Amino acid sequence: MEMRLRVDPVACDGFGHCAELAPEFIALDEWGYPIIQLDVIPRELERVAEMAVNQCPRKALILEKVDRNPPASRRRGGTKR
Amino acid sequence: MTNAALLNGSKRLLLGTENGRTLSYGEHLDLHGPLQLPHHKGLGSWRAQLLQELETSGLTGKGGGGFSTAIKLGANSHGLRKPVMVVNIMEGEPAARKDSVLACFSPHLILDGAEVIATLVHAHSITVAIARDNPAAVASLERAVLERRGRRTSPFTISIATPPNRYVAGEESALAHWLDGQLALPTFRLHKPAKLPVGTRGAVIDNAETCADVALVARRGGAWFHQGGRNGAPGTTLVTISGAVEDDGVFEVPLGAPLSEIVALAGPSTTLTGFLLGGYGGTFVGPEALSAAYSPAGLKAIGGNVGAGVIIVLDQSVCPVAEVARITRWMANESAGQCGPCVFGLPALADEIETLAKSKGRRSDLMASIEHHLEAVDGRGACAHPDGVARMIRSALNVFRHDVDQHLAGRPCGAHGAQSVMNLPPNAEGLEWK
Repeated sequence: MEMRLRVDPVACDGFGHCAELAPEFIALDEWGYPIIQLDVIPRELERVAEMAVNQCPRKALILEKVDRNPPASRRRGGTKR
Repeated sequence: MTNAALLNGSKRLLLGTENGRTLSYGEHLDLHGPLQLPHHKGLGSWRAQLLQELETSGLTGKGGGGFSTAIKLGANSHGLRKPVMVVNIMEGEPAARKDSVLACFSPHLILDGAEVIATLVHAHSITVAIARDNPAAVASLERAVLERRGRRTSPFTISIATPPNRYVAGEESALAHWLDGQLALPTFRLHKPAKLPVGTRGAVIDNAETCADVALVARRGGAWFHQGGRNGAPGTTLVTISGAVEDDGVFEVPLGAPLSEIVALAGPSTTLTGFLLGGYGGTFVGPEALSAAYSPAGLKAIGGNVGAGVIIVLDQSVCPVAEVARITRWMANESAGQCGPCVFGLPALADEIETLAKSKGRRSDLMASIEHHLEAVDGRGACAHPDGVARMIRSALNVFRHDVDQHLAGRPCGAHGAQSVMNLPPNAEGLEWK
């Protein structure tokens, strides 16, 4: 199962720990908020991603499974934009 | 062309509102006819029939999302716990007045639709949410609810709620949040559409005009509803036309009519240079858009969107870059202040576009910096507020690229410093979210 990293932008306060822990795929914008640079986290980096999630002081990072076949109830209703 | 000629028949949503006063319940029933809601017996077949009619009608939500009403309500028509049916009359978009007009003149059509939807989704009760700076609409709905109370039109209790009048407070997650006793701030949802909790229940939220449309479909059927539109688009729709026009206001028009015929209703300026469609977070289009069909499909073809039914006309009397700067600053001030990219990115963009408007931007990097910040805000908030600002700015830079080039070259247009045609309201004082 492929994994992807999401940011809860409301919870995130821009501490920036995640970018230090996972520079392979997390960059910071000019204000210090994370930009996830990979759509899918490669298997060998999943441990790193988990560490970033666990170390976030605001618990603003979410590692989730990429669901290729979402249930009908989720597929309905547009996704963003 | 008059409105009646454009509609090719009588008004539907605004039927009987010509003399400018609120339709009483009696007058409303005389005009639209009775509406029979099913009792326990026959409820199941009524629901199936109504969902079928809604699908035939082609109705899509009028709050900006444009999603199929039949699919949305169908997905909500079964659940473990009865939801709260919420009518959204927040109309936070300053250039939109359609829901307010409907609420002030034909409140019973909205409430009819709310009761139909509440019956369809097995709702527990109905809540009508109106921004608290809109006393006329609040008074109209309060009176309408009292009128209906004696008539026992449905088993649902209808309550009126008045959340704060902020731009993003009408966003559905912000609205549900406020109804749940918290601040009127958008919330981050990992998956959309997630059930929006209000207390122990879920909320089914529909825009006021959508409710009125549902009331029409429930009475006259989906095929009749669909016929109100043109070029394959379904039904009529309400638009708010403002800007460089003689007669700004709310008009009922067939969805799918050419933009030129719609704008003609308001007497547009003869030197028009473009339009802002949808709302402040909408899309600028050039005069060539006049031949486009005003419908979700027709506008998509030219990169636009019906959005909240807003059409703002710009003409040569104003500097489009200065107008974009005003909107951007206003939108930056309306950020809920929750997400970093929106909090820092929107003011940065407002600064840069103001610099561009003043033609002090002989910085070769100004456009690159704007592009960089557009990238930095787009899609990075909990709600679509920053996305809308990015969309609006990007479309303006494209449509008015000649003006932008002139500004960059230190030659602001003749209309620079002129008055705005936007009628931007002041941002509400203080950040009130309670």
